[in-house]
Amino acid sequence: MKIAIASGKGGTGKSTVAANLAWALARSRDVALVDCDVEEPNLHLFFPAPATEMPVTTPVPEIDAERCTLCGECGKFCRFGALAVLKDSVLTFPHLCHSCGGCTLVCPQGAVREVPRTIGRVTCSRPLPRLVLISGILNEGEVQAPAVIRAAKTLAEGHPLTLYDASPGIACPVIETLEGSDACILVTESTPFGLHDLRLAVEVAETLGISAGVVINRSDGQDEATVAFCREHGLPVLMTIPFSREIAAVQNRGGLIAALLPGWEERFSGLFEAVPGVSP
Amino acid sequence: MIRLAVVSGKGGTGKTMVAAALADISGVPQVLADCDVDAANLALLLAPRRLTTEEFRGMEVARIDPDLCRDCGICADRCRFGAIVRRDDAWTVEPLHCEGCGVCAYVCPMGAVRMEPHVCGEIYTSVTDRGNLAHARLFPGSGNSGLLVTEVKKRAVPLSEGADLMLADGPPGIGCPLIATVSGMDAVLVVTEPGISALHDLARLVTVCRRFGVRIFVVINRFDLAEDICREIEDYCAKENLTVAGKIPFDPAVVAAVREGRPVTRGDSPAAEALREIRESLFSGLGLI
Repeated sequence: MKIAIASGKGGTGKSTVAANLAWALARSRDVALVDCDVEEPNLHLFFPAPATEMPVTTPVPEIDAERCTLCGECGKFCRFGALAVLKDSVLTFPHLCHSCGGCTLVCPQGAVREVPRTIGRVTCSRPLPRLVLISGILNEGEVQAPAVIRAAKTLAEGHPLTLYDASPGIACPVIETLEGSDACILVTESTPFGLHDLRLAVEVAETLGISAGVVINRSDGQDEATVAFCREHGLPVLMTIPFSREIAAVQNRGGLIAALLPGWEERFSGLFEAVPGVSP
Repeated sequence: MIRLAVVSGKGGTGKTMVAAALADISGVPQVLADCDVDAANLALLLAPRRLTTEEFRGMEVARIDPDLCRDCGICADRCRFGAIVRRDDAWTVEPLHCEGCGVCAYVCPMGAVRMEPHVCGEIYTSVTDRGNLAHARLFPGSGNSGLLVTEVKKRAVPLSEGADLMLADGPPGIGCPLIATVSGMDAVLVVTEPGISALHDLARLVTVCRRFGVRIFVVINRFDLAEDICREIEDYCAKENLTVAGKIPFDPAVVAAVREGRPVTRGDSPAAEALREIRESLFSGLGLI
């Protein structure tokens, strides 16, 4: 079973939910937790442990100047502006390359070959006996987040229960994370911003055909609009986490409320049971 | 004109709240841009009146003509994005995965694959009580958010006549949309909060921003929720030579203002007071006042 935790709006508490859920589940079963927020991965801060690390690379073009006749086909083909054919040389802009391989296909001289370029890394650790944490980390200045997410998810393949922590937003990185998930937990907060962005996240889940439930975080009790939205869209409210300075204090220091505050381990176990498709 | 982007690294630290407040009290002629196209929320606080709406076309997307397709599958073999899938006994393009590279159209021996324009959002210009606003909406599940950010910034330019300030509300993260936002800016205001995640994300964001040679200012929001970590952030900023423009206390008036759809600075509260001080130090730092 694969469960994605997503939100639309940033900072609603995706990582809080993912980390506490993983901790509560790992008390009784094997869990793989995958940090797919590769632009700003944070889960390792909640689970410090020695990790192994491997680079994530993507293929980018390298021009063989001996063979190249400067015919310009590669530059004409590339829709990402990653190659520019000048009077006496071909310039490549690896940052812009999407690794489609088109330039190698169109070169009549076989002068373009692909070489790996490191854009990030994936780390793997076992912070608890029954918890594996896999984090995708995009290098600063790089833009190809989906490739790093794909690498992190690939490494987690084969685990019976996997949690994916998504990045905020509704674009490519979120699609890449949600793809192949059996269900998703959408974390929101009960403000107009939270609701506006929850609406968008629900559309993404619907587009991908993934059933969803909602967690309302930092609730100040004024959740009527959010609850009404969920009712209209047939989304179960799986859990409500109140705003409290105590919870914020634990969270801000990298602690887990499931481990440190009474009652929350049970609540996060209950959250899992409530996820669509978990209980028969 | 000074170009300033409000960014954060970590999401949910209060970028939009700060951007709307600064727009509200800036007191200088300005143009506004909402560059968080994934989750564009600035309009929720500034009551914009729409001037123009236009389609946003991202990268082209492949389409297979079933009448010409001979089912060879070469396109699917060559596509590195898994965008060509077998459905109902025919090859078809999954637009969510198509990067628009054109390899499939190139390799098809039958000329059955065409690259077609793809609408994946809308771009708006509006007027608000505090200046013109360029903003956008990305359709959920679309790619090209970085491209859309660039378009929003382009739309802001003709709206900026007579403006001394371009104020952009940025996206979270450090990837494609953030880089599109920061590129060409004079300065960024990083909104952070006292948490170990936010501090971690701040450091990554600063690394990226430094490559663009922008001036970096920092605001610590909800600073009193963990004053020890707040001090860690201030130490980090001192070490990195970043100017802390101010600190905002946790204040229920902030959420109340968002619920009422107005900038928090329309009323009197501890957060509003802190934002007024931040405006003074930031704007004098930027030479605006």
